[in-house]
Amino acid sequence: MTLVLVGISHHRAPVELRERVALDPAAAAALAGRLAEGAGEAVCLSTCNRTELYVTSGEPAKAEADAEGALVGIAGVDELAPALYRLRDEAAALHLFRVAAGLDSMVPGEGEILGQVRAAYEAGSTGPLLDHVFRQALHAGKKVRTVTAIAEAPASVSSAAAALAEQVFGDLRGCSILLVGAGKISELAARNLLSRGARIAVVANRSVDRAAELAGRLGGEAVPLEQVEGELARADVVVSSTGAPGFVLGRDAVARALRSRRGRPLFLFDLAVPRDLDPAIDSLDGCYLYDIDDLEAVVSETLAGRRREAERAEAIVAEEAERFREWQASLDVVPAIASLRARAEEIRAAELRKAEARLGRLSEDERSLVESITAQIVNKLLHLPTVRMKQAAAAADGVLYAETVRHLFGLGEDDR
Amino acid sequence: LAELLFWPALLAYGEAAVAYLGEARRPGRPGRLATWGVRVGWLVQTALLAFQAARAEGFPWTSWGGVLNLFSWLVVSAYLVWGCRARFRLLGLVVMPLALVLFALAHAGGGTDVGARSDLSNLFLVLHVGLLLAAFAGFALAAALAALYLWQERRLKRHATSVLRVRVPPLASLDDLVGRTIAVALPALSLGMAVGLARLQADEGFWLVIAATAVVWLAYAALLVLRYALAVRGRRAAQLSLTAFALVVVALPLAHFS
Repeated sequence: MTLVLVGISHHRAPVELRERVALDPAAAAALAGRLAEGAGEAVCLSTCNRTELYVTSGEPAKAEADAEGALVGIAGVDELAPALYRLRDEAAALHLFRVAAGLDSMVPGEGEILGQVRAAYEAGSTGPLLDHVFRQALHAGKKVRTVTAIAEAPASVSSAAAALAEQVFGDLRGCSILLVGAGKISELAARNLLSRGARIAVVANRSVDRAAELAGRLGGEAVPLEQVEGELARADVVVSSTGAPGFVLGRDAVARALRSRRGRPLFLFDLAVPRDLDPAIDSLDGCYLYDIDDLEAVVSETLAGRRREAERAEAIVAEEAERFREWQASLDVVPAIASLRARAEEIRAAELRKAEARLGRLSEDERSLVESITAQIVNKLLHLPTVRMKQAAAAADGVLYAETVRHLFGLGEDDR
Repeated sequence: LAELLFWPALLAYGEAAVAYLGEARRPGRPGRLATWGVRVGWLVQTALLAFQAARAEGFPWTSWGGVLNLFSWLVVSAYLVWGCRARFRLLGLVVMPLALVLFALAHAGGGTDVGARSDLSNLFLVLHVGLLLAAFAGFALAAALAALYLWQERRLKRHATSVLRVRVPPLASLDDLVGRTIAVALPALSLGMAVGLARLQADEGFWLVIAATAVVWLAYAALLVLRYALAVRGRRAAQLSLTAFALVVVALPLAHFS
């Protein structure tokens, strides 16, 4: 059986092309089922960055053509074909391992892909080969994230803001957020903070209706922008992103608010351009002010860190790919090993039957002892040849060894 | 045997101090190497102290060298309790060079030798010295935590781009730990002083020692009052902790060994 991969990803295809073959989970599962009818096993992995078909077949060229045809058929445009990549066996497995580890993603080490690979595997039509390769991919993905620090650093401005707030407050549970502005950017940053346990205390906006709408979705109280200063005392984190042409909060206003905070620090994120918060606020003791440039600088540093960690991760997935190659090669000798063991067992059972007359005098315990001893002799005799054949298979001599064993032991053609 | 134990312990502490520098630049393997350096060094130093105790008649760490030997061990012990956890690992950046220097000074002062005669022969005096040293080890740890706080706070204020790559405990945790460590060390100091006052006999240097210890006690008591009653926290509290520890470093050795 050969493992075949046909796919398209962000490396070679723009979003206009990728979106044509983007499939929802049900459609992906249906496609996998359809391909498995012809090939045997199939999994369809479809995310916003890639659509990939993994199939196994004794006729790889045909399986490849079928998979390609399926994707081109879904896309409905001929331009898809040149953007497709086609890989087989070890190369296909290595690719899947890299995908699961997040090494093929736009942001190296991103965590979502591992769940997507798992979902695709669970929805696919799998058998021994795809079961093995997908389990190994999930293992490789987890190992990379455990052994390396590739997934530790934040990869977006909003997650960097949340991680920075954690550097001051530790656990964000119980921390209060003051949102200044009710736009998309504020909401994105707020959602990231919320996911780490913080709570929205106040949403301040020029239009109170919009503030109330956002507060309705995220929680908290809506107030007009003019009341921001009064709300500073009860906030731990301020996220500001308004369209105001000047500063919404000045240094003096924050200094006044700090007096009532009894030493509690205040973290302010200014995501607006032009800026909402006076940069002089940062000079106040216990105040930390980060604007959009500061956050982007932190993100680019952490992304550089991820790339460095990616080198270590590549070594891990290469190791896994080598293990897969050895396992797949060992499949060549499995039928020969099975035949050999069956033949040995057949001889053992026949010899015991022949000796039945003499063994008849033995008690039940003695008979089972004889059974056990003869089985052990057979197992011990066959253990080393079995190990050596598997080793030979890993070194690419498997087929030769299998043929030799068949010849030496006279194993029938029907065993092949 | 004392020399055979001293040098490996010193080397292990040195390795840990250097590895923590590496950890600050690029986290990962250096941090793990540093942790092992601390563990190995501590075990060997413990063996050295046990050997000294077995061979001495009474309490063997009464010279200034001996006190530094025991003190450095207490500092590393306090650090080992939770300092080797990943988030607190970089505390070693401050603790291990300090322990290294103290241990080397202890050796220079003959504090790692075996067979020293002890002036402290009764339990009360041993308790007095033990409690005081434990308290000062606590203050040293609080100072290291405060130094780490100031370093991290400075990185956040300067918007250092590496702030999420080289991670240390959150400021809130560090601030809290400084307060708690002092809150534990101060009662130990108070008890040690009380035991000492009950049993010590006044001599020439007696009042100087009492005055220096009382100043240290007052400084730390004031620090706790400022923290818990007047909510002085954060950078200012960390700076005050370091100032109080400077008082320990300067005043006490002068008073005890002058």
